[in-house]
Amino acid sequence: MTTTTFDSGSGSGSIGPPGASQVVSTLTIAGRTVKKFVRTPQLIVAGTAQGALFLLIFRYVFGGAVAHTGSLRYVDFLVPGFVATSVLFTGMGASAGVADDLGLGLMDRLRSLPISRFSIIDANVWANTVLTVLSLAITTGIGFAIGFRIHNGVGPALEAFGMCVVFGFAFCWLFVALGLFAGSPQAAQSLSFLVFPLTFVSSAYVPVSTMPGWMQAFADHQPITAMVNTVRILTEGHGAEAALGHSLSYYLPVSLAWSALIVALAAPLAVIRLRR
Amino acid sequence: MHALIEARGLTKRFGRVTALAGMDLSLPPGRIVAILGPNGSGKTTFVRSVATLLRPDGGSLTVGGHDVVREPQAVRRMIGLAGQSAAVEEMMTGRENLAMVARLYGQSRRSARAASDATLGRLGLSDAGDRLVKTYSGGMRRRLDLGASLVGSPRLLLLDEPTTGLDPRSRMELWEAIRALGEGGTDVLLTTQYLDEADHLASLIVLIDEGRVVAQGTPAERKQRVGADVLDLHTREVSDLSRAAAVLQGLGIGKPSIDTETQRCSIDAPKGSGVLALVVRALDDAGIDIEDVTVRHPTLDEVFLKLTGTATGSHAPSDPAADDRVA
Repeated sequence: MTTTTFDSGSGSGSIGPPGASQVVSTLTIAGRTVKKFVRTPQLIVAGTAQGALFLLIFRYVFGGAVAHTGSLRYVDFLVPGFVATSVLFTGMGASAGVADDLGLGLMDRLRSLPISRFSIIDANVWANTVLTVLSLAITTGIGFAIGFRIHNGVGPALEAFGMCVVFGFAFCWLFVALGLFAGSPQAAQSLSFLVFPLTFVSSAYVPVSTMPGWMQAFADHQPITAMVNTVRILTEGHGAEAALGHSLSYYLPVSLAWSALIVALAAPLAVIRLRR
Repeated sequence: MHALIEARGLTKRFGRVTALAGMDLSLPPGRIVAILGPNGSGKTTFVRSVATLLRPDGGSLTVGGHDVVREPQAVRRMIGLAGQSAAVEEMMTGRENLAMVARLYGQSRRSARAASDATLGRLGLSDAGDRLVKTYSGGMRRRLDLGASLVGSPRLLLLDEPTTGLDPRSRMELWEAIRALGEGGTDVLLTTQYLDEADHLASLIVLIDEGRVVAQGTPAERKQRVGADVLDLHTREVSDLSRAAAVLQGLGIGKPSIDTETQRCSIDAPKGSGVLALVVRALDDAGIDIEDVTVRHPTLDEVFLKLTGTATGSHAPSDPAADDRVA
């Protein structure tokens, strides 16, 4: 066996076998990222505990002071926002992971293999999307545990969950691109913290109508608000629609357009960076 | 039969730093080749260009007749790369790491498993194959990394400073593995800043400095041209130093030199020449007390000095773990 495996052709023009196909290399590289996460239980426990803690703080510490949610109870206002924005906090891990691979030379190995370089990026996006689904499920479970209820039927609620996955997928592209440009895991981590103003200055945790006018202008027109309100209306129905500025027929296409735009900007950047 | 690697006027700049300054090099197949040079001489840049990780600014570079810029995929099908750090996944087992790379080379699940088993055995990692890599020692990680570069049976192995930062025992083990690969018919291109490493492993040594090839030849030719090992001695009484040099001169085995700064007398000592015994006996007969005497390999600087008449442009390494990477 050893001889057949290690004999290499002696003619100077001999080329090895063609590398893995796009699908195989994507699945193979993504498998590694998922394995790494699943085998680090500290990450899962810490992530879950952190999510639960923040949800409890919003619900019970700030919740009492937040008015202007119309006929909607604050917990029903909060949980859709919290779940939808949780994809950003999960996606942040993708940046650090990719930057880590660059620093450790793992990216060099992958780039020297006879595979499509796009599959390296692709794999990281899909793997992190899978992890996002996992964390969405956990966060949703905690939401139900602290009193969140759907008021628009199971079908739209499942659609809402699906939309969260779409948003997560889009942000994974952004975070993978950020990680490739960051240079180090630390830098990637700090760059990722830019998501904080984006989530807080949105309708995720409090109604936009309570913010000063100039801030409302930003909050109303940034992607998170459209995404959060889409999820909110899908789960809560008319009560949510009444409390928000627009209806689903506005928020749904706008949030999908934002998702598409994020992918359209981040994907080419990531590819260019990896080609360099 | 054309060259395995052929560089013509290869240049690469990083901002104002010139890493490759018109490098010309033609390497025949069937050899272990060592690119030897001090830190910052362009070794890593050259290997990364061969590995299609860097795009040269000028000149041409072919691997097995394939241009690295125009046909990178053809080049990638021929090579296996082990960079300066152990690029393996800590949270997977050794076997999983190797199988992953074998799959990416396009092997089926079954042959990937067989190839990783064979590679683990070859590198003495069979028993550790099912352990997570995070439990491996530094030497084991480097061996696994070497395994990852060869599990796809590439035609050409690229090893960038494979033993930097390893303890002596792990270093010997890795040397053993690399030598066995060469004997098995795999072409190896490695970089090193250690003369003894190049002497031990390579059948062809290419000396580079400031992004250019300074000299190339076999280890035997290298020894012939720049002298072999060097004998250093200190006398107990500093005043005896010049008398000791005179005695050595009288032996007719070469011209001794005195370094006044370190109060040291040195003379060439080719292997198997019995110089050490000769020197000790002669000095004893002359009644000169020796403080200490050592036989060592010449330093990289001494080699450069003898070959080119000038010291290296870049400074010789003081820290063995120092990084040659410019990118």
